[in-house]
Amino acid sequence: MIAFDYIRPGDAAEALQAAAERPGARFIAGGTNLLDLMKLGIERPRHLVDIGGLDLRTVSETPDGGLRIGALVSNAELAAHPLVRDRYPVLSQAILAGASGQLRNKATTGGNLLQRTRCYYFYDPASPCNKREPGSGCAALGGFNRIMAILGTSAHCIASHPSDMAVAMRALDARVETRLPEGTTGDRKLDTLYRLPGTTPHIEHTLAPGELITAVLLPPPVPGRHHYRKVRDRASYAFALVSVAAVVAVEDGRITQAALAFGGIGTMPWRDRAAEELLVGATPGQDLFERCADAVLARAQGHGGNDFKIPLLRRTLVACLTDLTEDAR
Amino acid sequence: MTDATVKMDAPFPASLLDSAPAPTVGTAQPRIDGPRKVSGTARYAAEHFPEGLAHGVLLRAPIGCGRITGVDAEAALAMPGVLALIRDERLIRNGGDFAGAAAPVQGVDEVAYFGQPIGVVVADSPERARAAALSVKVTYEAAPGVFDMEAARGTALPPTDDIYGLFLIHTEQGDVDRTAHEAAALVDAVWRTPSQSHAAMEPHASVAVWQDGRLTLHASYQSPVVTRDQLATVMGLQPSEVRILSPFVGGGFGGKLGVMPEAVAAAIAARHLGRPVKVVMTRQQVFETTGRRPMTHQRVRLAADAAGRLTVLQHETITDQLAGEVFFEPAGLATHLLYAGENRLVDHKVVRTNKLLGVSMRAPGEAIGQLALECAMDELAEALDLDPIELRLRNEPERHPELGIPFSSRALVDCLRHGADRFGWASRNRVPGGLRDGEWLVGHGMAAAARGNLFGPSRARVRIDAGGRVMVETEMTDIGTGTYTVLAQIAADLLGVPLARVEVRLGDTDDPASAGSGGSWGAATSGSAVYAACAELRARLAAAAGLPADTLTFADGMVTASGFRRPIAELVGDGLSVEGSVQPGESNSRFNQTSYGAHFCEVRVHAVTGELRVARWNSVFAAGRILNRQTATSQAIGGVVFGIGGALTEELVHDPRSGKVVNRDLGEYHVPVHADIPPIDVHFLEERDPVANPLLAKGVGELGVCGSGAAVANAVYNATGVRVRDFPITLDKVLAGLPPVSAARRRA
Repeated sequence: MIAFDYIRPGDAAEALQAAAERPGARFIAGGTNLLDLMKLGIERPRHLVDIGGLDLRTVSETPDGGLRIGALVSNAELAAHPLVRDRYPVLSQAILAGASGQLRNKATTGGNLLQRTRCYYFYDPASPCNKREPGSGCAALGGFNRIMAILGTSAHCIASHPSDMAVAMRALDARVETRLPEGTTGDRKLDTLYRLPGTTPHIEHTLAPGELITAVLLPPPVPGRHHYRKVRDRASYAFALVSVAAVVAVEDGRITQAALAFGGIGTMPWRDRAAEELLVGATPGQDLFERCADAVLARAQGHGGNDFKIPLLRRTLVACLTDLTEDAR
Repeated sequence: MTDATVKMDAPFPASLLDSAPAPTVGTAQPRIDGPRKVSGTARYAAEHFPEGLAHGVLLRAPIGCGRITGVDAEAALAMPGVLALIRDERLIRNGGDFAGAAAPVQGVDEVAYFGQPIGVVVADSPERARAAALSVKVTYEAAPGVFDMEAARGTALPPTDDIYGLFLIHTEQGDVDRTAHEAAALVDAVWRTPSQSHAAMEPHASVAVWQDGRLTLHASYQSPVVTRDQLATVMGLQPSEVRILSPFVGGGFGGKLGVMPEAVAAAIAARHLGRPVKVVMTRQQVFETTGRRPMTHQRVRLAADAAGRLTVLQHETITDQLAGEVFFEPAGLATHLLYAGENRLVDHKVVRTNKLLGVSMRAPGEAIGQLALECAMDELAEALDLDPIELRLRNEPERHPELGIPFSSRALVDCLRHGADRFGWASRNRVPGGLRDGEWLVGHGMAAAARGNLFGPSRARVRIDAGGRVMVETEMTDIGTGTYTVLAQIAADLLGVPLARVEVRLGDTDDPASAGSGGSWGAATSGSAVYAACAELRARLAAAAGLPADTLTFADGMVTASGFRRPIAELVGDGLSVEGSVQPGESNSRFNQTSYGAHFCEVRVHAVTGELRVARWNSVFAAGRILNRQTATSQAIGGVVFGIGGALTEELVHDPRSGKVVNRDLGEYHVPVHADIPPIDVHFLEERDPVANPLLAKGVGELGVCGSGAAVANAVYNATGVRVRDFPITLDKVLAGLPPVSAARRRA
């Protein structure tokens, strides 16, 4: 074992201080991803700050009618929460489509957002990987890339983001609340939490060193039907080949609201507002949905083994939009 | 040493099991080892912690082909708790064969596949050993390897060995080419199957303890004597200087037959350090360092006349394997005997590739060979406009179609008919793509199953102590199959004692050697040895009673005859101990012995996304006497699940540039999960096979795998109209054949 310190602070202030005093420290909550990565020698933190004792386990309504989800709320709890099931069903559906019951009991909201890719080559220290070892190359290019991304990729990395939960949260315009070592609070759109790989695929998010996610904030629910459609190789316990999170409303024969986010296809949980704008104000129909898929896939690039994701996403999206708008026309 | 031997030279006239007054054999009995397993008191290999234990982790080659030129362990050895990096020339390149005492290729410098063990790092904890192994710097000269079997197909050569005569390399009769040209209907296509991993739940693990020059190994092996003999050869020891203990094995499926690298590493490291050493493979190492089912390219050509009689059966397999290894995937095995037909050709060739060792995996040859053959039969039935069952009925052979010898028992036709009834086959939709349920395309498929019944030498000791308790001891293993229970049932029935009075001890090479668990023969071989011992014990009890054995009844712990009734304990004095054995005889060559079955399934394919889900399943099997309906049913279900996995999800992927196993964990090597598997209905036909063995039973462990994947593939075709011949059938392979989305969403 590569030795590390283990600190278990009692509150957020202590946690932030512990991390600030220890360069290279990592926060750990459920550990469903980090521990595996440590065993494989891919993550080698010198200090682990266990935030499991922090008071971040509540889901509460915000004054504006939204929802505040503590960073340590487990995936299982969040999916089952009555307010989530009632007002944000796409989120509940997405969480339940991911992992297994055991993992969802352990995995947390903040940790899920920061889980790392399942790229096969990232998990093998004997393979080149710019995400694991900057400058070493990308073995997925020219290798087996069935599960890799088709959007947001670069010549340095094509690894897809594996989260289901974060896809739904992007569709819901979630915000991420943080605390910084100096004691200040941060608040950013989930859209800006993630970074595209570009030339620095090892830098995956915009959090500063020692910055701690404390909550996810959902805005008040918008009217519309919710649906999370995940397509995968087996019926459970598989990452998305493609997934669609959609919240769509139709009034008087026209689409009044459309939020679409995608999993399995992007290097981060993917959202395409231009594609949504095509829908809003338009009359639902096959042609419109095909054009929407065109927009989402305009820059999509297959790498051989994952070319099928392009037609698969198109079909899944068109069917999903048809379902959500069908008898409302 | 052996007190009673049964040799199968002729059909067995009558089995004593059929006269047991209150038989447990043939009923459903829960596992007698179950409570220990669910309570955690059954100790598996890695759960042994002898005094002074150190922990080893295998060091892996980071190239697919070439030579190690240097190993810098300075940093690793400076890490806390690290004891040694051992690069001993006796370490093995890969696992051993499934039988025999030969050592695999040894050495730590020449690299033949990515992930090959090139040393073992030992530390005082597994975590420290693992971290140290990651810190060792290896330099190498890479050489160009052969990583793509398809690209190298032109280099295929016949296998070097027919594996004890079991794997027929090439057989031929008649003129397949000329006849094919005259056929009324013809199928000529190529089916491809990928490498697959056994993916047993328990990883390979060995704990080596040396004492007074003798090596004891707690390990997870299916056939401990084979492992013992190979390990002895590797280490330069006599077999008697090695003892292997494998009382509990968490799944094997062929992946734990020959000695594997962790056992050799543990033995060498323990000797080197003078203390016990445990080596447990990580899940990633199990996938990349133990063994795989080789990939295949199978050309099947079937021709028939207008009456639907097969005129040509041709099955040519190209498979891949490491250089210097004799095992090959005998995909044509069932093609020799499943159907009649005059002109026949079965052939196997091997491409030498730089990829993980190819080994036996559950129903070697037959599992994936019947995938191709039974899909081809479905295509031929369609070409003839015949029901696929009818095609099979018209080609049912009366005798072995190549050898002309009789079948010991063959109930394929009954299996097909019963299965069709249970499933409701007659009312199925015959038009591909013609049945919808909402967004799901619904298809039905069937296939036949056949698995050769093997028999080999096996020994067992049965003791009755002074208190009348019975102990069965044999080196045979229970790899999750039910051996403990089945052997106890046989002894209980033959000696007339309650099941709870029988104790079974397995997996110790110091006990009488068995044929091991493999090839679906474990229950029949070890059970027959127990039978032989019990028959002899009955004779001795009769002698003690002073009565002829055939006048006695053994029941309720009593020995009874007319005017005679005594507790068994009163007849054994200080106790009786008998060693029984069985030997194969002429029956093996005078009869063909095969278990049969038929699978029927419904598969649903999502019309938008191509997601494939098995929705309904019926299988009917005939495998001689079923010893324990519960464990046999579990085995059959497990086999079907294996077949579904092979058809739809399982592929051990090799990187095209290095041969490296890419998907090295259970997250990405997709065995079916519960949600993928519908209720599986398994029905066994009543059958007795007097040629097979004294139990009149045939093998059942691998039968469920055979043909089940083809039933799925045929159902996928019926659902979609898409023939996928490249396994596994993942959704991307049917996507292009699905209706446009507007039509896909049409309600039924």
